[in-house]
Amino acid sequence: MLRRVSLATLGLVLAVPLGLAAQAPVRVFTGARLLPIAGPAIEDGVLVVQDGKILAVGPRGSVRVPAGAETIDARGKTIMPGLVDSHSHIGDADGADRSSPIQGDVRIMDALDARAATIQRAQAGGITSVNVMPGSGHLMSGQTVYLKLRDVGTIDELLICAAPRTDICGGLKMANGTNPRGAAPFPGTRAKAAALVRDKFVKAVEYRAKLRAAGDDASKRPPRDLELEALVEVLDGKRIVHNHTHRHDDVLTSVRLAQEFGYKLVLQHVSEGYKVAREIAAAGVPASIILIDSPGGKLEAIDGAFENAAELVKAGVLVGFHTDDGITDSRFFLRSAGLAVRAGLSPKVALEALTINNAKMLGLEQRVGTLEVGKDADFILLSGDPLSVYTKVLETWVEGLKVFDRADAKDRALAVGGFGVMKGTLEGHWHDGMEDH
Amino acid sequence: MRTLMLTLLGLAAAATLEAQVAVRGETVHTMAGEAIRDGLVLIGRDGRIEQVGPAKSIRVPAGYRTMTAKVVTPGLVDAHTVVGLAGALNQPHDQDQLETSDPLQPELRAVDAYNAREVLVEWLRSFGVTTLHTGHGPGALMSGQTMVVKTVGNSVAEAVVDSSTMIAMTLGPDVSRTFAPKSPGTRAKGVAMVRARFVKAVEYGAKLAAAGDDAAKRPARDLGLEALLPVLDGRRAALITANSVSEILAALRLQAEFGFRLVLDGASEAYLVLPQIKAAGVPVILHPSMARQTGGTENATLEDAMLLRNAGIPVALQSGFEGYVPKTRVVLFEAAILAANGLTPAEALATITIDAARIIGQGSRIGSLEVGKDGDVVLFDGDPFEYTSHVCGVLINGRVVRESCR
Repeated sequence: MLRRVSLATLGLVLAVPLGLAAQAPVRVFTGARLLPIAGPAIEDGVLVVQDGKILAVGPRGSVRVPAGAETIDARGKTIMPGLVDSHSHIGDADGADRSSPIQGDVRIMDALDARAATIQRAQAGGITSVNVMPGSGHLMSGQTVYLKLRDVGTIDELLICAAPRTDICGGLKMANGTNPRGAAPFPGTRAKAAALVRDKFVKAVEYRAKLRAAGDDASKRPPRDLELEALVEVLDGKRIVHNHTHRHDDVLTSVRLAQEFGYKLVLQHVSEGYKVAREIAAAGVPASIILIDSPGGKLEAIDGAFENAAELVKAGVLVGFHTDDGITDSRFFLRSAGLAVRAGLSPKVALEALTINNAKMLGLEQRVGTLEVGKDADFILLSGDPLSVYTKVLETWVEGLKVFDRADAKDRALAVGGFGVMKGTLEGHWHDGMEDH
Repeated sequence: MRTLMLTLLGLAAAATLEAQVAVRGETVHTMAGEAIRDGLVLIGRDGRIEQVGPAKSIRVPAGYRTMTAKVVTPGLVDAHTVVGLAGALNQPHDQDQLETSDPLQPELRAVDAYNAREVLVEWLRSFGVTTLHTGHGPGALMSGQTMVVKTVGNSVAEAVVDSSTMIAMTLGPDVSRTFAPKSPGTRAKGVAMVRARFVKAVEYGAKLAAAGDDAAKRPARDLGLEALLPVLDGRRAALITANSVSEILAALRLQAEFGFRLVLDGASEAYLVLPQIKAAGVPVILHPSMARQTGGTENATLEDAMLLRNAGIPVALQSGFEGYVPKTRVVLFEAAILAANGLTPAEALATITIDAARIIGQGSRIGSLEVGKDGDVVLFDGDPFEYTSHVCGVLINGRVVRESCR
């Protein structure tokens, strides 16, 4: 977890990981039950990491351990990839304001507090990669950001992208259904909402055509438009749309628009997904879903069901879970898999839905989501079966560095709670109204 | 009120005449002593438990239906909820848990607002919750009355166990937010308003007593003050939602001043004032373990129940009130988190069975599997607290109300 350090020592602390990178030690975790996700469980496994990457993984005896490696006895523990959360609001940030329903130019990274307790709470829950999004009170509430939950103090150090000035560092948040509705300029009906979104994408298509026609001739380019620039990235398949949607017909509207403009879509929440599972599967669109302890609370979620995951998977849909933190608490993310298994999902897919499936939805499957050689050394040590309520996240490691250790008193407090521990948690989102999630 | 209650009870009893069930479990958690391996619970025609013990020691009479399960527990008790007054739609027409026209309305009765057919009632029942202590919720200094119902029936009359159990009260900034710009605008103002109302109730009671049988001398009827008289004489508890230390201590101060029976509700900072709560002899209906750690529960811990229990303070668990999603929590899931955070599974189970039953005044009727108690039983296919286990049967008053697994 992030230690709150004085300004005088901050520079030193940040310098340390960089300084070590060149001669990073080899760490070997032995004896644990490994759940690589990429393959079957390994009962007596060995995991070797160096330079923030996985060097080797396999059963005892099958893995060459470099001389001089630091060995960590992990017998009795379970190691699985760090969890990937495909929809979260940690970092206490907000995206678009109330000036208009479509604000694709707004970036959540420009408002995120890297020192928020919510981020450290997510580390305590075993989450290592996360898609932090603006809310759902807009048709487009802004650009999302993909983060690694490293132990750092600034947003720039949390980014997964290498160069925020030029790279695409996240997706685009969209929403339909009741949340974005409101007084003008917000849409009053579903069809109006869709028309507003289509109109914006039509403009983006035209903008892209002008850009292409201009080629390298800067004088022929249209004036810069920050929003349309982001939508061109969407049209080019470089920026993924994350579409908040609950009701079955809204789900299909999301798919219809994505097909019209040919963009990459991830359905988010998808409470009634099971009612249109075949259609979602046929469209080849993944579904990032949330499991809520009871139906309703909002009209669109009245038919929400624990069975959603199993039904979607049965139809052939790629399914991931998300926390929507603070709708559910990042510390209980593993619980999603357990409840989905309760309602018919296979344990194997349930664990994929916490890891690699979400990585795929963020376009990060080459880097995270499984324990495989060459992937980032993001993993968690558990006290037991990830599907058991009694299991604790003991340690969370990001790129070969420990960011959460339940044996540490401060870290334990973040896992358990206590006086002042969560101070400031949910400020902003909570008080601006829960309808925005 | 007494007449109403008796009428309602009569109806509830009439609905249970057909029960004759034997429930056999590989493990039976009676909550009255050690769990029984290969145990049997026999429920008679009146819907009450006739026998409990090792299966080999009990003969199942002819004509009894036998049900089996890996694990058997008493029906689960949600020690404080608003379900039935609050519905799943979360639209104004199904949100009756908080009246905001005045911060002090103890006369509001839960029986006048309970929707027995609410889908959330069915939802909770499907996870083994057979009894709700429900009614007016947190958010007002005195929001109204609570009651105890079983999660069955087509009407409140069929569901009710106790039609007026406690007066629901809340201290702290949540009340100020609800009633702004009206008073109470501060914590202290809220306490002053509560004290003033109890002082009036004391005076009202004195006038009634002085008038005796002389109707002409009686003060004009005041439903609000009438509702507080049973609190002053200990027949009805004051359920005070108090999360911060200052709110908890204010509640204890009120109790000391007016001598009522206090049940602390929420109590997320109780761990900071355990000796004071213990000394006052006050039980706690604790916030849901997974309550969002914001606002009043910002300083909650997953180990609050363990800390209270270790201090010798009776503790039950609640589903509480939710304004958004999930519209209700499920005490089975909330207790599971306690079982993983400092309580033994048996202790965690007690917070949603026998200890909850005692705190809501029903310890002699529900909350454990003992002869003479209601035939409220839950059948599980594994450890009740594991996410991957299922509730595969629910009996209420000896009648099977659910048989499929969820």
